[in-house]
Amino acid sequence: MRLAVSTTAPPPSRRRARFLPWAPLLTLAVMLGPVLAGLSGTLAPALGYMPALGGHGVTLAAFDALFAWPGLPRAVALSLGVGFAATAISLGLVVLICAGWAGTRTFGAIERLLSPLLSVPHAAAAFGLAFLIAPSGWIARALSPGLTGWARPPDLLILQDPAGVSLILGLVTKEVPFLLLMTLAALTQVRPGQSLRVAQALGYGRVTGWLKAIFPQLYRQIRLPVYAVLAFSMSVVDVAIILGPNTPPTLAVQVVRWMSDPDLSMRFQAAAGAVLQLGLVLLGLGLWRLMEVAVARLGRVWIASGARGRRRGEQALRMGALMLGGLAALAVIAGLAGQVVWSFAGLWQFPDLLPDALTLRNWQRHGPRLAGPVTETLLIAGAATGLALLLTLASLEAGHRHGLRPATRALWLLYLPLIVPQVAFLMGFQTLSIATGVDGGRAAVVLAHLVFVLPYVFLSLSEPWRAWDARQGVIARALGAGPDRVLWAVRLPMLLRPLLVAAAVGFAVSVGQYLPTLLVGAGRVATLTTEAVALAAGGDRRVIGVYALAQTAAAFAPFALAVVLPRALWRNRKGMRGG
Amino acid sequence: MAELLRGLRLEQVVITLGGARLIALDCAIAPGEVLTVMGPSGVGKSTLLAAITGTLDPAFAMSGRIRLDGRDLTGLPTEARRVGILFQDEYLFPHLSVGANLAFGLKAEVKGRAERRARVLAALAEVGLEGFARRDPATLSGGQRARVALQRMLLSEPRALLLDEAFSRLDTGLRAQVRELVFATARRRALPVLQVTHDQSDAAAAGGAVVVLG
Repeated sequence: MRLAVSTTAPPPSRRRARFLPWAPLLTLAVMLGPVLAGLSGTLAPALGYMPALGGHGVTLAAFDALFAWPGLPRAVALSLGVGFAATAISLGLVVLICAGWAGTRTFGAIERLLSPLLSVPHAAAAFGLAFLIAPSGWIARALSPGLTGWARPPDLLILQDPAGVSLILGLVTKEVPFLLLMTLAALTQVRPGQSLRVAQALGYGRVTGWLKAIFPQLYRQIRLPVYAVLAFSMSVVDVAIILGPNTPPTLAVQVVRWMSDPDLSMRFQAAAGAVLQLGLVLLGLGLWRLMEVAVARLGRVWIASGARGRRRGEQALRMGALMLGGLAALAVIAGLAGQVVWSFAGLWQFPDLLPDALTLRNWQRHGPRLAGPVTETLLIAGAATGLALLLTLASLEAGHRHGLRPATRALWLLYLPLIVPQVAFLMGFQTLSIATGVDGGRAAVVLAHLVFVLPYVFLSLSEPWRAWDARQGVIARALGAGPDRVLWAVRLPMLLRPLLVAAAVGFAVSVGQYLPTLLVGAGRVATLTTEAVALAAGGDRRVIGVYALAQTAAAFAPFALAVVLPRALWRNRKGMRGG
Repeated sequence: MAELLRGLRLEQVVITLGGARLIALDCAIAPGEVLTVMGPSGVGKSTLLAAITGTLDPAFAMSGRIRLDGRDLTGLPTEARRVGILFQDEYLFPHLSVGANLAFGLKAEVKGRAERRARVLAALAEVGLEGFARRDPATLSGGQRARVALQRMLLSEPRALLLDEAFSRLDTGLRAQVRELVFATARRRALPVLQVTHDQSDAAAAGGAVVVLG
């Protein structure tokens, strides 16, 4: 308002002043519009309404067909089991790592590992894990034939095991860094140092004191990320295609199979499956909430008991958490290393630990074919990230200038696209985009990616944005600078590092998107991720290595830039380091 | 008549928060004079300054008029008010060199790179900081930072000066020195000064009227 009446403001800012107040609403619409529209577009065919395929009435036939599928109970159980196991293990590990090590030098090292680990796309990490644990993988090779006696890869179903254990492991390696990052952000608000010192002064062990004094405050702050992890683990598709069981697969994978079935009438069944997937996630969240209540009750009893924690037990927990966390990180790093080796491998026989010869042949053969998917990936990720940054900054600046305070309830809205299963609304989104004629194009894919990129960009930027000392802005204004100059000459340069990190996060999220690219692109938009996952069935490790590495590089490069660029720019500015 | 209007005047300024009255003040500060507002923390001293700079949180409501040299400041954006402010933290922009910090304050009406640069160097020389233009502000001592912040503010040619516990971070010796520099400069430039502090010695050094809140 103040801007609009100001006579000193230059014309451009007056134009922006009209756009700015609308930015938060526009951001919400861009993020939630596709989710809500997509959900309705999924629900309609599930109930038999899809005129294009001759479905006009409201029937439950699609659900009848779905429930008649013999694999359903097992697929549903798999989805639930995998989701709960992956989430519980990841959360437990993150909590124990923080309880045992927060504030120590070791913890600093863990923090530095986070960003690179986070930037590895899910599919690439899953391929890496597959390279390690497969019967012909590195672990088996390292133990053979000496310990195992295997002269050829054993006929064991380690990968894609029917119980989903390898899928759970694959998810844990990616969820631990994500939850740890969210926990770190929450910890800065809880200020754990003092509470922990008080608890220790009262004779509590480090881990016990942390769990009793800090965790209860902390969990409230990381509840939404935990829900997102649970929903994601229950409904993930790309990781489940690579590591999950096949007969039957998880429900989400089966839904995608039905969706790409040449028999178009299977679309109805697919839609019903997608609706069931949504119900399943809601049920899962409800169950998790009940578990929260039960754990809280037990926790209160435990806290009231005054148990201080035994030294030996504490030590074991600390070391155990560190080792398991290290193992999860190692699985990703060694997996990537395995892909590097495979992509350069000539002849590589079992049980040799390394190939006979290294060659550039794989890269020479498949490299030129990478150009298309690389360009596509970078274009889409660049556009989605750019739009997300613009909308996020405009929303935050609008909040700042017009004194809008986001309600805590609004945070739910940010997490909605991360909690609603992708299959549940992308199918409807696809149907709608066909109806509106924007299907199969790059623009539609960018919009679909934006739905997932925006929350991450917003979440990673909003905290540093608010932490910026507003008095710095008051000083600048008092020196005669208008709001635009304060934004461009003071606030954004001072926030360069978090800006670049947010951009890198957004870019990595876009690079890693499988289902939105596949469905909304109608199979015609080929990115590194869709190509890599499509190669999974073929099992040619050399090609997979090439594609997975290219995918990882595309996701990782912006993170490297976000570290290097501020260092170079601010090499003579001590006050800008570590900020 | 014009003489009467000069300086900073708070005319029946009342600031309320959710209907509860926080501050009520009616006073005039003539050019070169200092008014000290004292009171324990949480009494709303900084809120008063925010009202004058135009950065009052929307949760607060203000009635009354604030005039600077006869000009009504109500509704003017902060950057058009020509009110300089110093906090206890200097808030030198960490991404800019000392010289660029001063140039940020220097009015845009001063044109030409050479002229602007000359003005910045002169401002540094005035407080004994010759050769500091290219320095990183994070490498300065507390006293140097305070002087840079003062000069940066003066280059924006404010018509009034607000001090928000501006000296409380400095240790005793330095504090007297910086305080003396700030008050002497304000007198020389005929700036009305409003300082809020909870330190008696700041009030004594200012020598002007004292209002106690709370």
